[in-house]
Amino acid sequence: MDFNLNEEQQMLQDTVARLVRGEYEFEKRLKYSESELGYSEEFWKQLGELGLCAVPFPEELGGFGGSGVDVQSVMTELGRGLCLEPYMQTVVLGGGLISQAGNDNQKEEWLSRIATGEIKIAVGLDEPQSHYNLNDVETRAEKSGSGYVLNGRKGVLIGGHAADLILVSARTSGDSRDADGLSLFAIDPNAEGVERRVYPTMDGAKGCDVFLNNVQVGADALIGEEGQAGAAIHYQTGRAVAALCAEAVGAMEEAIKLTLDYLKTRKQFGVPIGKFQVLQHRMVDMSSELEQARSMSILAASVANDDASDERDRILAAAKNVIGRAGQFIAEQSIQLHGGIGMTWEYSLAHYAKRLIMINHQFGDDDFHLEQYASLLQAS
Amino acid sequence: MNMNYTADELAFRDEVRTFLEEKLPADIAAKVKEGRRMSRADHERWQQILVKQGWYATHWPEEYGGVKWTAVQKHIWDEESCRYGAPRSIPFGVNMVAPVIIKFGSEEQKQHYLPRILSGEDWWCQGYSEPGSGSDLASLKTRAVREGDHYIVNGQKTWTTLGQHANMIFCLVRTNTEVKAQEGISFLLIDMKTPGVTVRPIITLDGEHEVNEVFFDDVKVPVENLVGDEDKGWTYAKYLLTYERTGLAGIGASKAALSHLKAIAGRQKKNGRPLIEDPTFAQRVAQVEIDLMAASISNLRIIASVEGGGVPGAESSMLKVRGTELRQAITDLSRRALGPYAQPFVEEELALEFEGDHLSDPDGAALSPQYFNMRKLSIFGGSNEIQKNIVTKMILGL
Repeated sequence: MDFNLNEEQQMLQDTVARLVRGEYEFEKRLKYSESELGYSEEFWKQLGELGLCAVPFPEELGGFGGSGVDVQSVMTELGRGLCLEPYMQTVVLGGGLISQAGNDNQKEEWLSRIATGEIKIAVGLDEPQSHYNLNDVETRAEKSGSGYVLNGRKGVLIGGHAADLILVSARTSGDSRDADGLSLFAIDPNAEGVERRVYPTMDGAKGCDVFLNNVQVGADALIGEEGQAGAAIHYQTGRAVAALCAEAVGAMEEAIKLTLDYLKTRKQFGVPIGKFQVLQHRMVDMSSELEQARSMSILAASVANDDASDERDRILAAAKNVIGRAGQFIAEQSIQLHGGIGMTWEYSLAHYAKRLIMINHQFGDDDFHLEQYASLLQAS
Repeated sequence: MNMNYTADELAFRDEVRTFLEEKLPADIAAKVKEGRRMSRADHERWQQILVKQGWYATHWPEEYGGVKWTAVQKHIWDEESCRYGAPRSIPFGVNMVAPVIIKFGSEEQKQHYLPRILSGEDWWCQGYSEPGSGSDLASLKTRAVREGDHYIVNGQKTWTTLGQHANMIFCLVRTNTEVKAQEGISFLLIDMKTPGVTVRPIITLDGEHEVNEVFFDDVKVPVENLVGDEDKGWTYAKYLLTYERTGLAGIGASKAALSHLKAIAGRQKKNGRPLIEDPTFAQRVAQVEIDLMAASISNLRIIASVEGGGVPGAESSMLKVRGTELRQAITDLSRRALGPYAQPFVEEELALEFEGDHLSDPDGAALSPQYFNMRKLSIFGGSNEIQKNIVTKMILGL
């Protein structure tokens, strides 16, 4: 049994950590966030140049053949820097969907360009009524000539405002919430009938809703078999969940570090407030939540690329449930221990807190994953 | 044991309801209920309606334009006005500095300031906290040095709520450094237009400008602006804090927020049904409603004891902790109700005048910002940790 990163994984994590330290100090992040793009094009380029966008892809497609743990190493450091670039959306989820379901042409066309950081992808699986249930899809794709016509609305595509390619789920058969009958399409964001409503997000990123009004696509826009996309969506969002867990751990570690520093330096009643037992114990609870989260992030990373199974589903649901709860506890308590200063825009802590809370709103909150887990409970 | 209102109290409640139905402007009520942005003018408009009704200054003696309500009447007002979506009065003038002036101020101060609070001519803010003095308020450092018929004030106050609108600030300042911290503090009224006063906004994590820093750089304050005696300000400050703490539990506001949450959860969908019918979510809402039921009876018990001549002491600290935790739990659920749509920050929809299509729920845009904003409840007015210290000492005797 060995819970340490191997030498290569450690090097990978150090590389990302160095890059983040250099490019993502808090003031710079505020500027990236306020820019029209909402993140740093330069940082994205560097991710590509350093080979970080290639981490999870097989070697024959220009990748490193990296494992779930490799992705975890990258995401934890991106989380520590509160990085805004669409790495998870493009590399983990978008790239993952194309890898799993795409045909050879599609893989060749897109994966090599994802791996170099040349293109960015946004993925639209949620809808206004879906509340995290990704089978709850009302967007429809009808056969039209050799291609399809899409109508509907996809919700909260992080990075969708600047994506080169948008992947959306749409129903080609079946009723709302059927697991069968879902298909995956690649959409050109500038195609006729595609409208984007762009907005900033609470945690400083940007995203959009995508409205599809009679959008014509060719047969080559279909990724995978018609009506059979459910399995790939389920599997790849599992990988996204593991990546988010890793990101959350990076953010939690930083929030805890800031809070601990504050307890040691902030004086009230003549002593550092860290001398007060009630705050000491709170800090212990936060650290203990972090340990739980760290453990589940490791576990999630270790099964993220395993073959699909109930056991994998259980672990990923459990991990996201733990991380959702730990993230909220750490977000709320690190603000509380800081007092007013923890609520200010110009201090980094509040931004960690906001990111942690918003991670709970991506691919299911702790309630959703508790239900998922409960539905897979083993009899004994 | 009798938990019912008397006939007089029921008649008063009807009077309050009629007043709110007839006089509360619909646009203001909508803003309050839906968590949209209130303007300074909104607050002023509602204040004048209350003043005209004679219901604005509920802590003041009648001779100064106050109204003599019992504790139960105040409670009825709190419940009903929250239910109808009336804004809470900005407390700094009417409910904070005024009681101090009435109890400790000079006759000139009463004659000068009290009418101006009623008329809205003065907008007050609070100069208590400093960057180095939060929970440990008595360690404050802002200095006032007497020179002839003036004090010269230097220092900095922070977390000054709505200071950007204020023309007057009441300040705790240090007038004596030779004695124990609590014994060298004075209570000073300062005109914000005096040269040397600078207000700098603090933007909070939800992007709002609600609080400020206030800097004092050789600010000349006439000695007649001192309330009571020099170096006795700590006594007045504590007197004021008992007023601040009253109502911080916000039971009425929590009830209104819970009802708003239910409306949203009735509109949001999960698995094709209203979210409020989802077993997981329904249980979470039920749990909060049950706890709120208990807290509201605790609140009534305190009110009844005040009515019977008791003094609300540390019980109000206990209730502040409970009440703020409940309100935070409600804002947590409201944010959760939106699912993935808790992420977008659609600032333009915070304005009542917004006429475009709503991104998700018509009231959705305010929910995540409010969740973050309401973190302040367990921090301000004495953090919940400080409240628990009070309970530890005053009730438990530990």
